[in-house]
Amino acid sequence: MKRIGVFVCHCGTNIAATVDVKAVAEALGHEPGVVISQDYQYMCSESGQNLVKNAIKEHKLTGVVVCSCSPRMHENTFRKAAASAGLNPYLVEIANIREQCSWIHKDIASATEKAIILGKAAVAKVHLNSPLTAGESPVVKRALVIGGGIAGIQTALDIAEAGFDVDIVEKNPTIGGKMAQIDKTFPTLDCAACILTPKMVEASQNERITIHSFSEVADVKGFVGNFTVKIKKKARFVDETKCTGCGLCTEKCPMKKVPNEFNMGLDNRTAIYIPFAQAVPKVATIDPNYCMMLQKGKCGICSSVCSVGAIDYKQEDKIIEQQYGAIVVATGFNPINLDKYDEFAYNQCPDVVTSLELERLMNAAGPNGGTLLRPSDKTHPHKIVFVQCVGSRCDDSKGKPYCSKICCMYTAKHAMLIREKYPDTEVYVFYIDVRTPGKNFDEFYRRAVEQYNVHYIKGMVGKVTPRSDGKIDVQASDLLANEQLHIDADMVVLAAAIEPDKTARPLATMLTTQMDTNDFFTEAHPKLRPVESATAGIFLSGACQGPKDIPETVAQASAAAAKAIGLLVKNSITCNPCVAHSDELMCNGCSSCEKVCPYGAITYVDKEFRMPDRTTAIRRVASVNPAVCQGCGACTVACPSGAMDLNGFSNSQIMSEVDAICK
Amino acid sequence: MDKNLKEQVLRSSGVNVLKCMRCGKCSGTCPSYDEMEYHPHQFVYMVERGDIETLMKSKSIYKCLTCFACVDRCPRNVEPAKVVEAVRLAAVRQQGNNHMNPNQIPEMLDDDLPQQAIVTAFRKYIK
Amino acid sequence: METFTYYPGCTLRTKAKDLDTYARKSAECLGINLEEPADWQCCGGAYTTAKDEIATKLSAVRILNSAKENNRPLITVCSACHNVIKQTNYDISNDEEMAAKVNNYLKLPEPYNGETTVYHYLEMLRDVVGFDNLAQKVVNPLKGKKIAAYYGCLLLRPSKALAMDDPENPTIMEDFIKAIGGTPVIYAQRNECCGGYITLEDKAQASKRSSAVVRSAKDQGADMIITACPLCLYNLKKNSDAELPVYYFTDLLAEALGLKEVQNG
Repeated sequence: MKRIGVFVCHCGTNIAATVDVKAVAEALGHEPGVVISQDYQYMCSESGQNLVKNAIKEHKLTGVVVCSCSPRMHENTFRKAAASAGLNPYLVEIANIREQCSWIHKDIASATEKAIILGKAAVAKVHLNSPLTAGESPVVKRALVIGGGIAGIQTALDIAEAGFDVDIVEKNPTIGGKMAQIDKTFPTLDCAACILTPKMVEASQNERITIHSFSEVADVKGFVGNFTVKIKKKARFVDETKCTGCGLCTEKCPMKKVPNEFNMGLDNRTAIYIPFAQAVPKVATIDPNYCMMLQKGKCGICSSVCSVGAIDYKQEDKIIEQQYGAIVVATGFNPINLDKYDEFAYNQCPDVVTSLELERLMNAAGPNGGTLLRPSDKTHPHKIVFVQCVGSRCDDSKGKPYCSKICCMYTAKHAMLIREKYPDTEVYVFYIDVRTPGKNFDEFYRRAVEQYNVHYIKGMVGKVTPRSDGKIDVQASDLLANEQLHIDADMVVLAAAIEPDKTARPLATMLTTQMDTNDFFTEAHPKLRPVESATAGIFLSGACQGPKDIPETVAQASAAAAKAIGLLVKNSITCNPCVAHSDELMCNGCSSCEKVCPYGAITYVDKEFRMPDRTTAIRRVASVNPAVCQGCGACTVACPSGAMDLNGFSNSQIMSEVDAICK
Repeated sequence: MDKNLKEQVLRSSGVNVLKCMRCGKCSGTCPSYDEMEYHPHQFVYMVERGDIETLMKSKSIYKCLTCFACVDRCPRNVEPAKVVEAVRLAAVRQQGNNHMNPNQIPEMLDDDLPQQAIVTAFRKYIK
Repeated sequence: METFTYYPGCTLRTKAKDLDTYARKSAECLGINLEEPADWQCCGGAYTTAKDEIATKLSAVRILNSAKENNRPLITVCSACHNVIKQTNYDISNDEEMAAKVNNYLKLPEPYNGETTVYHYLEMLRDVVGFDNLAQKVVNPLKGKKIAAYYGCLLLRPSKALAMDDPENPTIMEDFIKAIGGTPVIYAQRNECCGGYITLEDKAQASKRSSAVVRSAKDQGADMIITACPLCLYNLKKNSDAELPVYYFTDLLAEALGLKEVQNG
């Protein structure tokens, strides 16, 4: 018979207000094997832990039940306390009487009854607990960063700086991401390229950083400290090791009518292209959808002008495999598609543009060389209307429910830059709220109003009607004046909501990480663990976790790097001993467990068995790799013969809990 | 403020006025804005405050074309036109408070006017 | 030949006979059998969105139920009827309390709970006939005609209930225009209100709306406007300060199919 101690926590009033903790301690004291049952105000405090430690020694306890908060909060605390008192930490069980009991019930009598039942189940389980010893697994000293925007670049630089190898996987032909497309940054108005491109160069020159551009993550296996990742290097039909980035091929390519993604389709590029002058790597890429050689087998001009013989029309996608100890997700964001909001006439009129398009229209490397001209007729706009919150802050049926966070500030920036460069241009901004929490942010917005005379109007645009004379009739409400306005604008700029990149969702599945309903990655704790995912070894950097501006993104990128470094400096990590194991005598070799294992921890081996009649037989049985197993328990449920069992959560333990609850 | 009246309008319209974020897009898109004394966003806000009688007395309730532009374009799915409809019904349901007298109809007609207009007006103005 | 229950509505019997006549003739030519029930009532012209208005919804439920009893989809042509009937059907399907009250009133042999599928005639052309098949039956293509499709408010909104096309980016009428050989003209006011019934007591307001619509279509280079609504046709013709010919879409359909003399050659 086990000697069990029960410890019931008040958690201040968190538990004690709705659960009669004294009655719980009293009731559980009568359970079989329980030799001591106490309550205490804060069991997790040092004196509370001492209570547990002393009881273990004094009453020679062989099992401990703590009735308190979720095991996610303090299971480790009490396991450590038990270990320091000489008890194997896996002989401790937590009964969660807070999150699933006191917090959700109002009636004291029924909450107390439920707490007692939960405690009884834990006591029944601990009777069957056996001591477990955690093993260790080595940490691969290499990190993977998925996404090569400013978030991914900063994370990679910081990890490399700490002395670890790091690979960046970027789906586009160059790193740089959205920041490379931005003209100026708020609230300082310094040029985005001037601060970004040195970082891009630094990343490419750092010996510890390998950039896999035009590549995608194809498969992820393994676990914290030891991930095996397949990276698909997409065929760019140019040998990266030979191409010098001279650009002669892009000058000579006859296919010049390909929409240029870098300039948001506002001008054209060639079929073989380098996205922009400061691209890293500065290597040409052939777009197979437009290349005449790849489409029709005719042309070959790029190949004939290339002096280093880098063009390779036969190049194919290539898969490379690499081991990593840590993975950082930095997949970033995109503006939403505006088809659903055509009351703003985005699909009807080229002079209705998104804010990111405006960045390109104002950029020196943009379609107009930095002169702001209307896309339709290349004339200078004299009246520009900005519309905020397009697709943000919506009911779920109408758009994104969240605030996109960056639009208020970049719109103030656009308005100010336009007024500065073209003082004869009138600028109107329709806003619902102006949200500027951030260092020097509100001062920046006030400068747009007070110094640059930007007309901020509280209200919303309701209908945009383009006219054949080139003017755009903007019908809107001015709530403070209680008027409906009609503005004859030359251009309309829509602050489109931002959303996570489309590659994030399939990636989350590969990484077994969680996402919210908007496809932003979920952090392990919204306040206290903001850059870790709930999956060990997977970290979050930048806008993949939620809308962010550049300073916030860079801060989070460095924080994610610090967390990854904290993992990589370890030579090994303690493994979870609660892993599955198979009873070979009962295993019938059906492979059910192998099929459901999400971690690839189960393999089948042919084993010799001595039969009762002294003959030997070879049978196929399951074998679990304890270093890979994450203890999810899927195999134990799938196993039809009951051979598969999970340490710490054995079938008999779970049944005894159920029995105790149903008694 | 008349609490019963507010409850009746809320129930009849099926609209949750608390979903409004006061962006004013309904009034920005309303084709009858200039003809109205109280505008769609004010209908929503005044119903929230319980100021229904003011709205019932205003000619604004007969100016809504029920074109549903505000309903479809509201980012918060508030459906202001349904609020206007509920207030108008509260008004015309009162005895002797029909907005139109059937005797007036003949002088409004011309040879081409479709029946549809008359039936619709009856629905909107008369109980 | 596929058979549908056909609901013409009050105006198609009087001031908008052409809309009805050419809808029937064209359907016949396209292999669609339209069967009009004997005892339909007027839909009321406007849908009362109020949840506590039950009586005003009954005539629409009756016609919906008559289609259900014949186990056929229901077809409407007039935008207003279409709007009322589809909104009624949507609310009956989604609001249990309303459905219960309606059924308490009507005491039908079997309660009606939104079982009938409702098509606008244009949807029938798109989803049943197919615009490609329609194009093959065209004998007088409207070549070179720049045609502005006028949706107005009733055909598309509220989009949740009408579910006919994208409310801000509709294509059904433009695709129809292409199918009969014309060139569609896109203009921003195509899905704004013409002024509707307000013409009865406020000509100025109706004129403001109709003028904005016709001006916008004219501005984008349209030769004519087509509509599915008798009241829109009236407003755009009578109350607009700008002028463009306005036709029912069935007029052009019948012309294209060779069932009607070509006007305005």
